[in-house]
Amino acid sequence: MFLHIVHRTLALVLTLLLASIAVFLFMAVLPGDPARVALGVNATPEAIAALRAEFGTDRPLLVQYLDWVGGLVTGDFGVSYVTRAPIGPQIADRLLVTLWLVGSAMVVAVVVAVPLGILAAVRHRRLSGILLSGLSQVGVAIPNFLAGILLVALFAVRWRLLPSGGWVPPAVDPLGFLQRLILPALALGLVQGAVLTRYVRSAILDVLREDYLRTARAKGLTLSGALRRHGLRNAAIPVVTVLALQLTTLLIGAVVIERVFVIPGLGSLLLDGVANRDLLLVQGVVMVLVLAVLLVNFVVDVLYTVLDPRIGRAVA
Amino acid sequence: MKRRLRRLVVAILVSGLLTACSAGAGSAPQPTSTSTAGEDSSLVIGFSAEPANLDFTRTDGAAIPEALLVNVYEGLVKLDQSTGEIVPLLAESWTVSEDRRTYEFTLREGVRFSNGAEFTAEDVKFSIERVKSDAWTISLKKGMDVVESVEVLSPTKVRVVLSKPSNSWLFAMTTRIGAMFSRTGVDDLANKPVGTGPYVLKSWRRGDSIVLERNENYWGEPPAIKTVALRYFKDPTAMTNALLSGAIDVVGTLQAPEALDQFTDDDRFQVIEGTTNGEVTLAFNNESGPTSDIRVRKAIKHAIDHQALLDTAWAGRGFLIGSHVPPTDPWYEDLTGLYPYDPKRAKDLLAEAGHEKLRLRFRIANLPYAVAAAQVVAAQLAEVGITAEIEPLEFPARWLDEVFTKADYDMSIVAHVEPRDISTFGNPEYYWRYDNKEVRDLLAQADAGTDDEQVTAMKRVARTIAEDAAADWLFLLPNLIVAKKDVTGLPKNRIGEAFDLTTLGRS
Repeated sequence: MFLHIVHRTLALVLTLLLASIAVFLFMAVLPGDPARVALGVNATPEAIAALRAEFGTDRPLLVQYLDWVGGLVTGDFGVSYVTRAPIGPQIADRLLVTLWLVGSAMVVAVVVAVPLGILAAVRHRRLSGILLSGLSQVGVAIPNFLAGILLVALFAVRWRLLPSGGWVPPAVDPLGFLQRLILPALALGLVQGAVLTRYVRSAILDVLREDYLRTARAKGLTLSGALRRHGLRNAAIPVVTVLALQLTTLLIGAVVIERVFVIPGLGSLLLDGVANRDLLLVQGVVMVLVLAVLLVNFVVDVLYTVLDPRIGRAVA
Repeated sequence: MKRRLRRLVVAILVSGLLTACSAGAGSAPQPTSTSTAGEDSSLVIGFSAEPANLDFTRTDGAAIPEALLVNVYEGLVKLDQSTGEIVPLLAESWTVSEDRRTYEFTLREGVRFSNGAEFTAEDVKFSIERVKSDAWTISLKKGMDVVESVEVLSPTKVRVVLSKPSNSWLFAMTTRIGAMFSRTGVDDLANKPVGTGPYVLKSWRRGDSIVLERNENYWGEPPAIKTVALRYFKDPTAMTNALLSGAIDVVGTLQAPEALDQFTDDDRFQVIEGTTNGEVTLAFNNESGPTSDIRVRKAIKHAIDHQALLDTAWAGRGFLIGSHVPPTDPWYEDLTGLYPYDPKRAKDLLAEAGHEKLRLRFRIANLPYAVAAAQVVAAQLAEVGITAEIEPLEFPARWLDEVFTKADYDMSIVAHVEPRDISTFGNPEYYWRYDNKEVRDLLAQADAGTDDEQVTAMKRVARTIAEDAAADWLFLLPNLIVAKKDVTGLPKNRIGEAFDLTTLGRS
């Protein structure tokens, strides 16, 4: 088990290193000069050259890369070309916002998917099960920004029940925070919930077909009892895997949702950074996102050994 | 062991949750749009382009002066919102010498900066010299090059001597380069603006809003609204939704004119439609490629039905102009009749130039008005045998490199929003690569002459570049403001760089 974790940690570090090289090179070859963008139209060549020197973009690529990665390791993300403010605190602040959004979307997705998925599986030969399955198909097809726009049009504009967007930190105004979180979390979460429902349904169906479940029922347990005691834990493994994969989809979906609902999160920071060629900011944000996804997968890997002790033993 | 692990996990989760409670804090709470008239009135205005930081001395773009000029920072002079004339602000009055090179300003007394420092002639000298120094890096600082010396005659009298007479200098003093800074207030301009204006910066949440509060120590008449929040929306639909749901009171610049209809019929809102300085210009490469032939350029101009284009691309909101001059400039003349819609004439001109079938590279800025207009232009040009290959370029990054710097294009579309930027046609290096000595001489004459001479010369410049087909002016962007019915004092025409908050009120 311990060796398992060590392996995973090494893999994490190596992946991060490769990702850093990839994102740095990508930003380096992207056409468009940060100094020119920052100075705008009518900039003089001398001003551009001076700003390039200030940014350090006139140094050889390897030097720039090592400087940047060295800073990352000590937690220094550099200074933004556009705002001239340190990038680290900006990313931290926005990351928390996106985490709230993505976290609550995940909660919505799980709350929707688990009961509906189980129902759809248990009743898969009955009309209710078929309808639920069909409904999840429709849900999968809806793009999340469309869901967002529809929710805003109904709840904010037509019925004026909830605000159409914006953000308030929970510490400052808990009610306002919740009001502003509901619609975007629903927009992101419902669609993902539909996707997750299908996975839950198929995982439970697999479990229902297993021998040990038949044995449990033969021993006198009800279907729900058998599921609860034996089935769910086994069904959880593929579902948890999918949840980890869905995190990436949610993070990407969050970018669009943040735009529609005017939420100052990581996604909008990334988009702005690219448009402004704020290279260090974009690189920093991408590395943070990569780290987030890798960490979640790491945690899931470790979680497997908790859910199914055979996995940890087998690898070790 | 398991119980310990479980407790540890719970502890981590809880502490994580507590830290996350301050997510997105930045600094201040969200401004709400509850308004009460009088002492504690507030207003929330929506804009689309957010300032990158608060320092327009080193960062280009319209967003920062839009928020801070006239409201937080003031100059010696400003533009009158209704007449477009240059009127006194921090300078009570001024005299101009006979040779029009020496200006003597008499400053207002009792003016203080927001950091408590007094505003004196020393600050005027400091501010003007600062523009010419390395402290300012934006290209607009060129406007101060004509200043030869600044002399402090007394705490309230300052003399500025120009190297040659220049009308454009006094106009430039109404723009951002004329803003007055305090000698003790420039250490953190990107985050802490220190000005003499009727508003001060209260808070700024990046990605969300800038909150300005009334300056209780303002030298002049205090503005009616105590707190103004400027909220930034990248998505135009999100902004109109915010107005419809009551989260904001004013949409400062409506980016999607199709959305206007939902407001014109609604009693809760008022719609204001005026002019701006934004000429949506179809640029021609005057130096190389097929467009260097004047007959080709004239043909293109005749092939475009400008009214139809405006109706299709910008919902008919906007104004047709015949040259690079908005109706609010003193030398405006209606030159739209020079190139009436005449596809037959266009075909004849093309045949004369030997280009019956022509392919042009149409490299536009990837902005909504440009993309919409480009489709219509390409369709209309196709009818006279020109194939315009539309290539939207990311703006600003790629467009600035490819079209603006390298002039690697045949036609392009972008809006030119700076006031009085017709002078760019006097610069042969500018991306239109238009080289006409007569125009350069006229521009110099206009700058050096009296007010009347300026008007005459500028009219001739406008006419010459139109006759030369140096570019085509598709339309003038309208100033579209939508607001709640009770908001008063909104500017009809956008003539300067600032969104003047000082005239706003609630009835």
